[in-house]
Amino acid sequence: MPALHIEDLPEKEKLKMEVEQLRKEVKLQRQQVSKCSEEIKNYIEEHSGEDPLVKGIPEDKNPFKEKGSCIIS
Amino acid sequence: SLQDGKVIVWDSFTTNKEHAVTMPCTWVMACAYAPSGCAIACGGLDNKCSVYPLTFDKNESMAAKKKSVAMHTNYLSACSFTNSDMQILTASGDGTCALWDVESGQLLQSFHGHGADVLCLDLAPSETGNTFVSGGCDKKSMVWDMRSGQCVQAFETHESDVNSVRYYPSGDAFASGSDDATCRLYDLRADREVAIYSKESIIFGASSVDFSLSGRLLFAGYNDYTINVWDVLKGARVSILFGHENRVSTLRVSPDGTAFCSGSWDHTLRV
Repeated sequence: MPALHIEDLPEKEKLKMEVEQLRKEVKLQRQQVSKCSEEIKNYIEEHSGEDPLVKGIPEDKNPFKEKGSCIIS
Repeated sequence: SLQDGKVIVWDSFTTNKEHAVTMPCTWVMACAYAPSGCAIACGGLDNKCSVYPLTFDKNESMAAKKKSVAMHTNYLSACSFTNSDMQILTASGDGTCALWDVESGQLLQSFHGHGADVLCLDLAPSETGNTFVSGGCDKKSMVWDMRSGQCVQAFETHESDVNSVRYYPSGDAFASGSDDATCRLYDLRADREVAIYSKESIIFGASSVDFSLSGRLLFAGYNDYTINVWDVLKGARVSILFGHENRVSTLRVSPDGTAFCSGSWDHTLRV
């Protein structure tokens, strides 16, 4: 069982944890947003052609469509 | 999972209830399907996460085969199986996340770092490695390495509780929804927030977010009973869905991307 109950920790301990965490993060290798955004854009453009919620589903393939009722004339 | 202590498994095409289990506690807050589809995990105010194997045999009681896997010191807010039926990741009001072995109930790894209740978690797509993201009442979203238990990256740009986090399909980014009425996109390689999805007219918290299959659209359920659909690249709202008669509390796109389901305090699930 995880031994921590966060409400019981005094404020000083919580702040120490935060500072420790920030120290670790300083060393991260970061890429430029312009490059990352470009990659996200490319990923989306590549895949959105196949995305059923973007391009729509033909009526006859829709399993949730209300099924028509029979009319006897 | 329902707040009257029941967990129900539905067939979404026929709208029939396939299974129902009554839990010993009244408030079930989290539920998850095992990758094989043969079991479910759920938990809530009982501080535990229990796994129930699903059986179609009418003579077998699901409750009898229940296995208690996780034990926290406060409510269970979220749970998810990892890539197999054998491990479960949990998030709790006690401020921690934990990884458990289903068979033995043993704690494999615990994740400390949030300064308050953890409300949500999401596992990275399997191709991108062993990480997961969690969001909490400390307004932070944190990315964790599952093997070392270390927090790899933390983001604190929301102005209130982070209710929902979801990885972007490629695994290089994730979105979060918060009580500050915004959804935000964070790029993991740039290590910062790169987009914010908000409008002045939206003042209620976002409770749940999910991406469409390609990541082009972000669906978000809100406490004002609506679902807003955002264009991830343009940052603009594409559509607003009405229909629920109370808060939308959860939302998930189907694995094949052809539909999404929303759950609400109005007692309905809508596809």
